[in-house]
Amino acid sequence: MIETELKEKSRVYRRKILKYIYNAKAGHTGGSLSIIDILNVLYNRIMNVSPENFHSNLRDRYVQSKGHCVEALYVVLADKGFFPEDDLLTLCQYNSPYIGHPTKYIKGMEQNTGGLGHGLPMCSGMALAAKKDNSPVKVFTVLGDGEMAEGSNWEAMMFAAHYKLDNLCAILDYNKLQITAPNAEVMGLEPIDKKLEAFGWAVKHVDGHNLEELTQTLKNLPFETGKPSFLIAHTVKGKGVSYMENVLKWHHGVPTAEQFEQAMEELAADSLSNF
Amino acid sequence: MEIKDILKKANLEVFSETLQFLAEKDKNIMVVTSDSRGSGKLVPFGQKFPEQIVEVGIAEQNLVGVAAGLASMDKKTFAVSPACFLTARSLEQIKNDVCYSDNAVKLIGISAGVSYGALGSTHHSLHDFAVLRAINNISIVAPADNYETREVIKQATEFQMPIYIRFGKKAMPTDLKNIGQNELVSNENFQIGKGRVIRNGSDLTFIATGEAVLPCVETAKILQDKHQISCKIISMHTIKPLDTDLVLATASNEKPIITVEEHSINGGLGEAVAALLFQNGCRNKFKIIGLPDEHTVSGSQNEIFDHYGISSNGLEKTVLNMLNP
Repeated sequence: MIETELKEKSRVYRRKILKYIYNAKAGHTGGSLSIIDILNVLYNRIMNVSPENFHSNLRDRYVQSKGHCVEALYVVLADKGFFPEDDLLTLCQYNSPYIGHPTKYIKGMEQNTGGLGHGLPMCSGMALAAKKDNSPVKVFTVLGDGEMAEGSNWEAMMFAAHYKLDNLCAILDYNKLQITAPNAEVMGLEPIDKKLEAFGWAVKHVDGHNLEELTQTLKNLPFETGKPSFLIAHTVKGKGVSYMENVLKWHHGVPTAEQFEQAMEELAADSLSNF
Repeated sequence: MEIKDILKKANLEVFSETLQFLAEKDKNIMVVTSDSRGSGKLVPFGQKFPEQIVEVGIAEQNLVGVAAGLASMDKKTFAVSPACFLTARSLEQIKNDVCYSDNAVKLIGISAGVSYGALGSTHHSLHDFAVLRAINNISIVAPADNYETREVIKQATEFQMPIYIRFGKKAMPTDLKNIGQNELVSNENFQIGKGRVIRNGSDLTFIATGEAVLPCVETAKILQDKHQISCKIISMHTIKPLDTDLVLATASNEKPIITVEEHSINGGLGEAVAALLFQNGCRNKFKIIGLPDEHTVSGSQNEIFDHYGISSNGLEKTVLNMLNP
């Protein structure tokens, strides 16, 4: 798949995220827009997972630790053919399985997440199982920057390094904003790279919206043999919609009709150069 | 023969032996521990099956998260940790990663109840039935004797849903059914979710669980010998799902029922039985024996049992008061 096609996917994914959040009048808008390029690359360039091989133990595994940004994941899974995209019109509606966090009710989802600090311990167990079986499976998770304050993450950091889980890759969606305020005000995580290195992980930084850079970096896993890989993806909360970018209220803000229209204009096909 | 003479082996040891027996033939069995392999009598297991034991260090949240991950990759995973930490420190992992995510982890709460008596409340688990009863998609089992322990571990290995099993470290009888019998009881097989009648009787019924069954057996013998009172005893090893058929069939004789458990009187076996009886119109005299809602007294497990009337002394008095108010 050539670069422009991948870029086009990101643009369309962003439109769809906004469409379904607008329709549902609910969703985690800013974070979904900040992780979507990461998911685009993972599902379309890196991971060996599809509806056809989802029953196979040899599929790669993705667990979204920051479960609240499920809208981005729904849109990508629908595009991959895991379920009909129209299902997403029921997002967050009464009795819909498409709730505001990932669940195994939806084909393509590996674990039920939502509480923070749960993805990395589970992925560590999954990666260890793959090691025990001499399986080629790779395990991926995307963490939020706010959830790095959860102690369970650091328990798992120690564990994954101790067991040399180099088939595990954690990606930090580092948009630097959490629900209350910037991370730096709520609970600073810097110097995050040094902390992770000290915990025994191989760490890289990447522009989390640069599809080519993401692809090249994630194609070269593990970053270091015998160590779990941690990718710090520098992102922008609300990326792609001018009035949402880096604005706190879009953590779970839902656009009005006018705002929605403006967003769709900004994300129209002829606005590709904006990215 | 005195009952104390037949107390040979802790359920904890039976657990460890059973796991070794099973792991011999099943390389998919994984045991995850939180620096608890000594407390869990799992040192021999670790020596024999080093590839099947995973140490997470003192990190109970990670213990359960990792166990859920292993189980989702088709490992038959036992997460072993003292019950006090396993069901409190990592409760959210049990709720989300195991139960909600439908990962069939076998959660093993060792040294449960007041097994760590003198170490104080940090090390007691008197809340575990209560919190886990309120969580969907998990079975709760407290085996009374070596037989029940061995059977529940065997069955849990192939169990397709989450299960919590808790026991203590004090020596227990091999099989409670074989002691102090006043008459033959049916020799049914152990089954998760089905209570075990270990003694028949006509004047009242003890419904007890885990290591609180033994004092009921002792009490029944005293009541028979001293007072000619005939007690039925049910080992209700499975707290959830509760064997409602057995409880209701038992209650139909309209005789008193006493529940006995090594757990807070709030939210445990007693309240589960009470809710069932009341909602089905049963009006048997009824008493819940367990640990009261107070800072627990310190001492050995036996001393704490004695203090709160979970021993034969206290249970004898409770019965006499109920029958002759």
